[in-house]
Amino acid sequence: MNAALAPTPAPHDMGGPAQPLLIVRDLKKHFPVRSSPLDRERKFVHAVDGVNFSVPKGKTLGIVGESGCGKSTTARLVARLMPADAGELIFDGEGVEEFRGLRLKEFRRNLQMVFQDSFASLNPRLTIAETIAYGPRVHGIARADHQARELLDRVGLDPSHFAGRYPHELSGGQRQRVNIARALAFDPRLVILDEAVAALDKSVQAQVLNLLQELKAERQLTYLFISHDLHVVHYLSDYVMVMYLGQVIESGPVERIYGHPAHPYTRALLSAVPSMDPEHRTQASPLAGDPPNPINPPSGCRFRDRCPHAHAVCASATPALRDMGRHSEHLAACHLNDPASGHPEAHQEQRP
Amino acid sequence: MSATLPLPLPAAAAPAQPSRSYWTVVWRQLRRDPMAMASAAVLLLIVGAAVFAPWLAPADPYKASMIKRLLPIGSPGFLLGTDELGRDLLSRLMHGGRLSLLMGVVPVLAAFGIGTTIGLLAGYVGGRVNMAIMRVLDIFYAFPSVLLAVAISGALGPGMSNSLIALTLVFVPQVVRVAESVTTQVRQLDYIEAARMSGAGAFSIIRTHVLGNVLGPVFVYATGLLSVSMILASGLSFLGLGVKPPEPEWGLMLNTLRSAIYSNPWVAALPGVLIFVTSIAFNLLADSVRSAMDIRK
Repeated sequence: MNAALAPTPAPHDMGGPAQPLLIVRDLKKHFPVRSSPLDRERKFVHAVDGVNFSVPKGKTLGIVGESGCGKSTTARLVARLMPADAGELIFDGEGVEEFRGLRLKEFRRNLQMVFQDSFASLNPRLTIAETIAYGPRVHGIARADHQARELLDRVGLDPSHFAGRYPHELSGGQRQRVNIARALAFDPRLVILDEAVAALDKSVQAQVLNLLQELKAERQLTYLFISHDLHVVHYLSDYVMVMYLGQVIESGPVERIYGHPAHPYTRALLSAVPSMDPEHRTQASPLAGDPPNPINPPSGCRFRDRCPHAHAVCASATPALRDMGRHSEHLAACHLNDPASGHPEAHQEQRP
Repeated sequence: MSATLPLPLPAAAAPAQPSRSYWTVVWRQLRRDPMAMASAAVLLLIVGAAVFAPWLAPADPYKASMIKRLLPIGSPGFLLGTDELGRDLLSRLMHGGRLSLLMGVVPVLAAFGIGTTIGLLAGYVGGRVNMAIMRVLDIFYAFPSVLLAVAISGALGPGMSNSLIALTLVFVPQVVRVAESVTTQVRQLDYIEAARMSGAGAFSIIRTHVLGNVLGPVFVYATGLLSVSMILASGLSFLGLGVKPPEPEWGLMLNTLRSAIYSNPWVAALPGVLIFVTSIAFNLLADSVRSAMDIRK
C-alpha cells in the first residue's frame, strides 16, 4: 500500500491504454420537488437525464454549460457523493454499481475531487498539513505527515512555512493548491475538478492551471474538468462535452468543437465568449432568455424554445447524439445535422 | 493557448508572523475587549468568594441571633446587615453563591453534553431520524421554560438533585436545536464531502471534522444559558422546590427576606442584586466570546 503512494507511481492500469478510464452510461438523477406537503402531484427536477460519456486515460474531459445544466450534479454522481437514480459507471473496465463497502472505498481512492469554494473545502480547525494527511491517516498510512509535506512542496507551497498554517491565513490560490495536494494524497487516477479555478483571479488561475497540467503529465492523471469558462476549458481539455438541461447535446475533441460546433447551442455559447480583439466586439447577446424550467422540460429537443432554427420536428422528435463525421468522435444531438430528420434546414446546415 | 502559459510558478510568499491556532486568535481578540474582561473579573470575584467562602466568610452563616435581626447595611460587625433570623448576610451570600452557581452551571453542563450528542446525531444522520428527534423535542418547546421547570420539579418532588434534573431537561431541547442546526450546516460543507471522498467512516468524520466546528457555537449558546439556569434555579428555590432552609441559597434567601422588604429593603434586595449581576456578567461574557469567535473569513 505504501508503494502505491510513492510520488511517481507506476500506473496501476487494468484495462490497457485503449480502455477508457471512466465510462458513464445513461446516468440519471431526478430531485423530487414538493411545493407543499399536501401536494399530491409529485414533481421532479430532471437535473441529470440520461448522460453518456467516456474519458480516455490520461486525457481531460471538459464539461461546459450554463448554471443549472447538471454539470456539478454529474460530478457528484460520478464521485458517488450522492446516489444516482439510474445509470452505470465503468471504471477502467470494472462496473462500479456493485461497489459496496470496501470496494467503494477503493473506488473513491482512485477518484478524488477538487471543489470550487476553496475555503468551504478546508476544515477551518485543522492545519493544512493535517487536512492533507487526514485521508491517508484514516487508512493507516504511517508516513502520512511526511507525505503531506512532500505534496505541499509539489504544489508550490513551502512546507516549512505552510504546513502548520490554518486555512484563514492563506489566499484563495494557496488554499486551492492545498485542495489539489489533498486530492493527490491518495495517488488517484481520476481527479474531478468542479469549477476548481472559477473563484480565482486570472493570474492565479493561470498558475493553478499550469500546475494542474504539470501534475497530469507527471502522475498520469485523468481529469474531469467542469467549468463555465470556455477559455479555461479550451486551454486544459482534450475533449469537451456540452450539457444543456441535464443532457449532453454535443461532445468531441476540443479543437473540433471550438472550430466546428455542430449544435446551435454550442455555437451560441462560443459566440458569447468575450472577444480578445476590441475590433471584433460581440454586439448582441446570441441567446435570449433563461433555460426552461427543468421540472417540465420542453418536448423533443430541449433547446427548441431558444433556438433560432426551431421547427415543428424539434417539438415532436427528440434528436439523438449522432456522429458528425466518420470516426471523428464528434457527436451532436440536433435535427439540423440529420438529413433524414425532416427538418427543412437540415441539408444546407450539414457539416462537411 | 496550446502551449503552457508563460507564467512562472512562484513559491508563494511566506507570511511573516508565526502561525496561530484558532483558539489563540480568539483569546487575543477577547483580551482586547474591555466588556469581556470586566465581566470576567466580576465573575471571578463572585466565584472566588463563593468557592473560598468557608475560609473567607466573616461569620457562621447558620448562627442566628434573635436580638440582631434585620440590622441595616453597615452595622458594626455585620457589613451587609443581617437577615430575618439575625444571621450575617455577607457570610450567607458568600456561602449561598456555592449552591446558586452550582445550580446555574451543572444543568447547563449536563444539557451541553447530552444535547450536543443528540443534536450531532440528528444533524449528521438527517432525514427521518432527524425528523423524529426534532419533533419529539418540539413538544418540550410548547411550554415556557419556567413553567416546564416548575412542572418537572414539582412532579419529581422538592430537593436539590430533582431541581438539577428538571433544569437539565429544560435545557436539553434548546441545546439540541442549536447543535442540530449547526451540524446540518457543517455537514453540507465541501470539506465533509472531501473527507467522504477519502473513504473515511462516519465516526472518524464526525470526530475530526464535525465536532470541532459544532462545539464552538453550541458552547457559546450554552454560556448564554448559564444566566437563565441561575435565575430558574433561584426561582425554584424561591417557590420551595429547590434548596430547603436553612441552607443558604440566593433564590431561597430572596424568598425568606421578602417579609423584610418594607422594613429593610436594601438588605432584602441583596440576593436579587447578586443573581442579577452574575447573570448579566455571564451574558456579556457569552456575547463577547461569540463575537470573538467570528474571526474566520
